[in-house]
Amino acid sequence: MSTKMKNARLIALSLFASFAAVGAADAAGGKAKKVEHHHWHFSGPFGTFDQDALQRGFQVYEAVCSSCHGVELLSFRNLGQKGGPFYLDSCPAGIPETIDCANPNENPVVKAIASNYKFQVSDGPDEFGEMFERPALPSDRIPGPYPNEQIARLANNNALPPDLSLITKARHHGPDYLYSLLKGYEDAPSTVEVAPGLYYNPYFPGDMSQNLKPEYVDEKGYPQEGVEVPLGGVLAMAPPLADGMIEYVDGSPQTVEQYSADVTEFLMWAAEPKMEERKALGVVAIIYLLVLAGLLYWSYRKIWSDAH
Amino acid sequence: MTTSDPTQSGEPTRRDFIHIIATTATAAGAATVVWPLVHQMNPDASVLALSTTEVDLSAVEVGQAIKVFWQGKPVFIRRRTPAEIEESEATPLSALVDDNARNANISGADASDSARTTSADGEAKPEWLVLVGVCTHLGCIPLGTTAGENKGEYGGWFCPCHGSHYDTAGRIRKGPAPENLPIPPFQFVSDTVVRIG
Amino acid sequence: MSGHPSTYNPSTGFEKWLDKRLPIVRFSADFMDFPTPKNLNYWWTFGAILVVMLVVQIITGVVLAMHYTPHVDYAFASVEHIMRDVNYGWLIRYVHLNGASMFFLAVYIHMFRGLYYGSYKAPREMSWILGVVIFLLMMATAFMGYVLPWGQMSYWAATVITNLFSAIPLVGDSIRTLLWGGFSVDNPTLNRFFSLHYLLPFAIFGVVALHIWAFHTSGNNNPTGVDVKDVKKDTLPFHPYFTVKDGFAVALFFVLFASFVFFNPNALGHADNYIEANPLVTPASIVPEWYFLPFYAILRAVTFDLGPISAKLGGVIAMFGSILVLFVLPWLDTSKVRSMRYRPVARLWFFLFVVACIALGWLGAKPAEGVYVMWAQIFTAYYFAFFLIILPLLGIMETPKPMPRSIAEAVVTKPKPTEASTPPAGAVPAE
Repeated sequence: MSTKMKNARLIALSLFASFAAVGAADAAGGKAKKVEHHHWHFSGPFGTFDQDALQRGFQVYEAVCSSCHGVELLSFRNLGQKGGPFYLDSCPAGIPETIDCANPNENPVVKAIASNYKFQVSDGPDEFGEMFERPALPSDRIPGPYPNEQIARLANNNALPPDLSLITKARHHGPDYLYSLLKGYEDAPSTVEVAPGLYYNPYFPGDMSQNLKPEYVDEKGYPQEGVEVPLGGVLAMAPPLADGMIEYVDGSPQTVEQYSADVTEFLMWAAEPKMEERKALGVVAIIYLLVLAGLLYWSYRKIWSDAH
Repeated sequence: MTTSDPTQSGEPTRRDFIHIIATTATAAGAATVVWPLVHQMNPDASVLALSTTEVDLSAVEVGQAIKVFWQGKPVFIRRRTPAEIEESEATPLSALVDDNARNANISGADASDSARTTSADGEAKPEWLVLVGVCTHLGCIPLGTTAGENKGEYGGWFCPCHGSHYDTAGRIRKGPAPENLPIPPFQFVSDTVVRIG
Repeated sequence: MSGHPSTYNPSTGFEKWLDKRLPIVRFSADFMDFPTPKNLNYWWTFGAILVVMLVVQIITGVVLAMHYTPHVDYAFASVEHIMRDVNYGWLIRYVHLNGASMFFLAVYIHMFRGLYYGSYKAPREMSWILGVVIFLLMMATAFMGYVLPWGQMSYWAATVITNLFSAIPLVGDSIRTLLWGGFSVDNPTLNRFFSLHYLLPFAIFGVVALHIWAFHTSGNNNPTGVDVKDVKKDTLPFHPYFTVKDGFAVALFFVLFASFVFFNPNALGHADNYIEANPLVTPASIVPEWYFLPFYAILRAVTFDLGPISAKLGGVIAMFGSILVLFVLPWLDTSKVRSMRYRPVARLWFFLFVVACIALGWLGAKPAEGVYVMWAQIFTAYYFAFFLIILPLLGIMETPKPMPRSIAEAVVTKPKPTEASTPPAGAVPAE
């Protein structure tokens, strides 16, 4: 009986030990370059959005990204809500008293952005039964560049530019990935061939072994011995940013890096506009719960002190 | 710990005190949580965003009226004829069922014709009458806006549900409705554009 | 639900009147007075935590349903509407989303506690079986709830899981079509999942009541597994002793919960679910929520045909079998000793079982290839062996350690708590 028990224990222990080894057997992971970790103003439990960066980021979005990508979950009024890029505590001089600038629907900056936006909103039907275009109001969704997916694909060599409203939450390490991708375009390595209309980016998830030039693959199509498959992949988006292409009025550097960081911050806000409110409430909630736990523990010890 | 036996002294001890504090803290937390659960039923940001609507009136002729949609309700905008204005101005307050202006733009005024047409900037344009087109009785939509509809005995609006008659300033004159048709917040942003809400 | 002599004495005339007609006050008083073993440790607080989590999920769920639209064209947008426009909508949705994870975390701890201390053994089999029913209902509810936001993972999880049913011989395809209400996961599927997702939590609530009724009839198990011998010496009334202890545990658990909700609300989710469902594109890797990963690993571990049973059907049988085996656990474990405190060998195998479950969870998130499949097979085999071979055999082979004669004895012989004075065990607690 006791030897059987010892054996049973031994088997259990050896199974323990062998599992410890399996962790090391984890195969190499993705084929894209590891994203660069940027220090974001919004990271950490107390991180907030930098309103200047949000404004610059919206400028980059409007000037560049919006030609192909929508942010159709956003309305213009969102730009002027608390924590948004164009939120105003109080009205600037010269605005009539009846207007409450803290109300995003009355915010004059937001109204101006909406009515002058590069795309108008489709409305109607009018009294003749026709649809018509009109300038946007703060309550309107920010119009995207294409009315439907088919037109978007036609305009983009059959690629579909994704909507950017949630892009930073819809990708692993979203902000870092987006930032790395935007500023990370580089010439394709000499071992690969990139088809016209596609662009190489080391951060884009893909399989570059498919793009190896014929002289680097064997008869079965696998990479030859010693040929290194480059990291990254190819995508249909041409490098969108270039140094100096957008003029910043606040004197921030007009570089691809700065543009990328700013538009990423804007898109992180677009994906999670209630982040500041969430973190602020979270601090209060955690403090309350810790205090409550302390009080309940004290109460518990008191009640139980006569129970043993 | 200072010990005082709670069973012997009648006063609350530290021991009792901590239980009261802990219970209170728990109850306060639970009560606070109720607020988001209730507040979520209030109008959300997208609803509030639609609470202002701008209407172009340039196509409305004298004697015509239009209906626009505001906060899920119809708003009647009537461009009154001089005769209609005169009739309304000539009505003494004593002839009215409800002598309150019911105008969101000025509080506490009497139901004179000028008070019924006053906008948010305090000015009245007698030609334009802006009303929430919901009968103050039980919420039906009165007739009289579209040409050819029954305007009631006082030339304004007539509610078919229970027979309320409104005059050319939208004031209740006859029937079960208790109040004048309410005037929403509005303001002319230009000569031909009015902002409601 | 009481199972102990009632101590309630209606004092006023109204109380007496009511007590004869609807003894609800007596019921509540007896419930709060329920004699509870005084040696319950913190692992026992997870029952109360689970009740609180169920209530949290039902309340936030009812609120979310006020704003959600169960239609393939609007579902995704309506969830974003909740996140962006509804007052505190982001808070309520993040609580519901992370609440599901916290609910499963607590239920797994609760189940492992039951396994370790032998809470499934006579006379508590019904409580255990009802618990497994609750677990199955929870899984169905969580799965259907995950489909509702209509993201990529929602859609593809629904597709993969409903396709499991097609593995059933003869009627599989018909069942799948019945679940779908069409030829693929589509609007009818979303609508019925919404309806059932709203319904099932109330069914869970009902079974929870039965679950509690059952162990209030048999009395709680306790860390020694020894039966209550003397109610005065061995037990304390549930209130205030255990309400305050459970309350403290709930507060601590909520600190963890809140840290997810407020500071890392999407950490337990999958980025792909912020992409709207697209029936034409499958995500690079379909991974269920973490709480389903061990079962997903078991499903994928069967990669071989077994006689007439195809690998696909075999995987489905193994996955459902891994839960169904829990139903018969009370009769598989042959040991007379409940608590593994006194079962030195079984305890070791139990810890290995915990490791196997965690390992299966880890493997469920890995691609089903190479060494991962092999390890998933080994741990799956162990999972079943633990119930079907190890527990039945150990009951016969193992020599248990000496047990305390009573709960009171176990409490007294424990190292003394830091509080200075410990009154004699017989002291009647002040109420």
